[in-house]
Amino acid sequence: MSIFIDKLFRYASRFVAMSILLLVAWIFTVLLQNSMESITALGFDFVTETKWAPNLEKFGALPAIYGSVLSTFIAMVLAVPLAIGVAIFLSELAPAKLKSPVGVSIELLAAIPSVIYGMWGLFYFVPIIRDHVGGIGISMLTAGIVLSIMILPFMAAVTRDAMNTTPDILKESAYALGGTKWDVIKDIIIPYAKAGIIGSFILALGRAIGETMAVTFVMGNVHNISLDITAPATSIPVTLANEFNEADSGLYYSSLFELSLLLLIISFTIISIAKFYFLRRKRIA
Amino acid sequence: MATIAEILEEKTLEVKDFEFTYASAEQASIKKLTMPIAKHSITALIGPSGCGKTTLLRSFNRMHDLYPGNKYDGEILFKGRNILQEKEDLINLRIQIGMIFQKPTAFPMSIFDNVAYGMRLQGMKNKSELSDRVEKALKDAAIWKEVKDRLKHDANGLSGGQQQRLCIARAIAVEPEVLLFDEPTSALDPISTSGIEELIVELKERVSIIIVTHNMQQAARVSDYTGFMYLGELIELGKTEDMFVTPREKLTEEYITGKFG
Amino acid sequence: MTHTQKRIIVNNIVMMLSTLSAIIGIGFLFWILGVLILNGVDALSWNIFSQEGAPPGYEESGLKHALIGQLMIVGVATFFGVPLGILAGTYLSEYGQQSKLAETIRDISDIMMSAPSIVIGAFVYAVVVAPMGHFSGWAGSIALTIIMLPIILRTTDDMLQLVPSTLREAAFALGAPKYKVIMQVVYRGAKAGILTGILLGVARVAGETAPLLFTSFNDNFLNTNMNEPMASLTVTMFNYATSPYEDWQKLGWAAAFILSMFILGLNILGRLFLLKKRGK
Repeated sequence: MSIFIDKLFRYASRFVAMSILLLVAWIFTVLLQNSMESITALGFDFVTETKWAPNLEKFGALPAIYGSVLSTFIAMVLAVPLAIGVAIFLSELAPAKLKSPVGVSIELLAAIPSVIYGMWGLFYFVPIIRDHVGGIGISMLTAGIVLSIMILPFMAAVTRDAMNTTPDILKESAYALGGTKWDVIKDIIIPYAKAGIIGSFILALGRAIGETMAVTFVMGNVHNISLDITAPATSIPVTLANEFNEADSGLYYSSLFELSLLLLIISFTIISIAKFYFLRRKRIA
Repeated sequence: MATIAEILEEKTLEVKDFEFTYASAEQASIKKLTMPIAKHSITALIGPSGCGKTTLLRSFNRMHDLYPGNKYDGEILFKGRNILQEKEDLINLRIQIGMIFQKPTAFPMSIFDNVAYGMRLQGMKNKSELSDRVEKALKDAAIWKEVKDRLKHDANGLSGGQQQRLCIARAIAVEPEVLLFDEPTSALDPISTSGIEELIVELKERVSIIIVTHNMQQAARVSDYTGFMYLGELIELGKTEDMFVTPREKLTEEYITGKFG
Repeated sequence: MTHTQKRIIVNNIVMMLSTLSAIIGIGFLFWILGVLILNGVDALSWNIFSQEGAPPGYEESGLKHALIGQLMIVGVATFFGVPLGILAGTYLSEYGQQSKLAETIRDISDIMMSAPSIVIGAFVYAVVVAPMGHFSGWAGSIALTIIMLPIILRTTDDMLQLVPSTLREAAFALGAPKYKVIMQVVYRGAKAGILTGILLGVARVAGETAPLLFTSFNDNFLNTNMNEPMASLTVTMFNYATSPYEDWQKLGWAAAFILSMFILGLNILGRLFLLKKRGK
């Protein structure tokens, strides 16, 4: 009897574990199947066409791709230096009394759902951009800023963790040669934790590019490629969030599925690079 | 009171009524300790773990300042001034008093850059001067032959013993007056250990050395003077050959004959 | 000026910049938290819990429908996601160990944890909503289950691996079959960790909005039939906040507040479990 249960338990757990792989394969297959109509009808034009006009049956994904890339780029440009600053503060600078409470609150803020960041952005940040930068406030720039604030806690926490892996004795050796705090940070800690830091930045990038709710509130879903970052824009997830329930034709649906597939492939690639290239290598301390 | 033998040489450091208290502790880890350190000789600090020998060693280059809340009292005189003063220039102090740690601490950079690090911190930019001094330091640390063809390689590729000699080269490259060794061979195999010990003996021509060790044979082999510490106090300081043969304090005798520790 | 003096000045500038960026970063984050609490507490009233949605301008409107819908959708997702995740995590730690299959499952799960959740919504739309012909609470729960699964799986895997192997060996030495060793020894040893993983997993999916937009959709009134479109706090918050009506926006803030407190509460609870375990 107990041999039977033993076998049952082993095979059941193995089946469930393997079903994760099947599930991911299934997700890719379903998205691909549903994209077929758009892939056959539009071909490669889908990603080079700049016009998205469902009423004219025109589906060009370039504005959404452009918006995804640019808003994520703005977010990274703003968040990376801030995250490094916060991480340095938390790991090397903050007095012991501040380290733990500030560190924990940063980690808790990383847990706040992105929809909250989006809502905050809409009510409090959009007016500031409108009044002090220009435009109507709903814009690529606003989306980039809200996105940067959303990924900041995650990036800062992971960067701090990576910096904290530097052995004390290594830091002390550099101090013992007359290094200042900054010398030790730039010559020892950052080179030592480099793989972890870059990996976590790329991981944050992968998350940011697929982020929906933080930007949907403040981006405007306007399919337009503009160099003016104070103008409304769109991104792949913003388009999906706004239009999925409105799609009324086969090609419209199919092109939205193709967008989903595109997004999934982009994120999978970025996250895999972070994971396999940077976060895998283990150092011998 | 500790039994302190007369030191005939000039002194490089003088510890006077020194007390040290860790931020997390209520009691002082080192109590009213007075101890002269002879110039151009090797002074070994021995004693059971927790006796304060490493704590004392890390006070000479004010390593304890890296962690807030630690407290020094009394005096440590170096070149006629008390280095425990608030206004002491720690960067300058640490350039003059170098340190080698329990484990090799090769920085995440090339062999050359490791040795050049301290000189570069001081602003030396001249390439030929830098490489001359790197070469000299590596030769003095008896590792030049092994690394001269791979100076650009990552220092973490060296063996443990080689890394420790690299760290010694890095420390002597800035020409310090004192070198502190904190159990420098505790992570090394016996062959590397004897290499490091020979090197330490050779170095005393140029620098004054203080070495903390838990290995009494090592203290006997390399040092000129030995200080025995127990519970934060210096029990006895004397010429190594005298102390291991005829210790004057009962506690010292019990420790070196292995009765405790 | 000597080189050392220069270094000290550069050091001080960088330390100032770092402190400044910490102040900016933390300031932003506390700004959000402050806004959330001020608006949320202001919008809270008994009506929030006792009334359903209503057209704009109605006094008697609340979030009862969304709260119940949220609990049902997340509850069902937890009901399926937790046991499946624990089972799969058990396979990785206890059977698969370092095998190629187990490592692949770990890698794919790690990637899934960071994959865009809106794509999961699109997938569930295609395989559940479209064939059924309508949005439903079930579809929402399925989407959340898919998101929860890799989280529970990986934390279970990690936590079980922390159980010392001597403990397993001791149980095997007494002649216990493997499933009993796992159930009675390994699970017990990793209890706090697994519980933390569950709490964090639930907290994570409870805040998900994007995958619900086109699965469970929304409903402005109370509905407890999982076979029909269902309100959730997150989608309701999104719809109310983006509406032009002030009273709806206020309800949106109330929803945001309740949701955040719930999620922060779960996170704090999870940390306490781990701390308590470490303290032992």
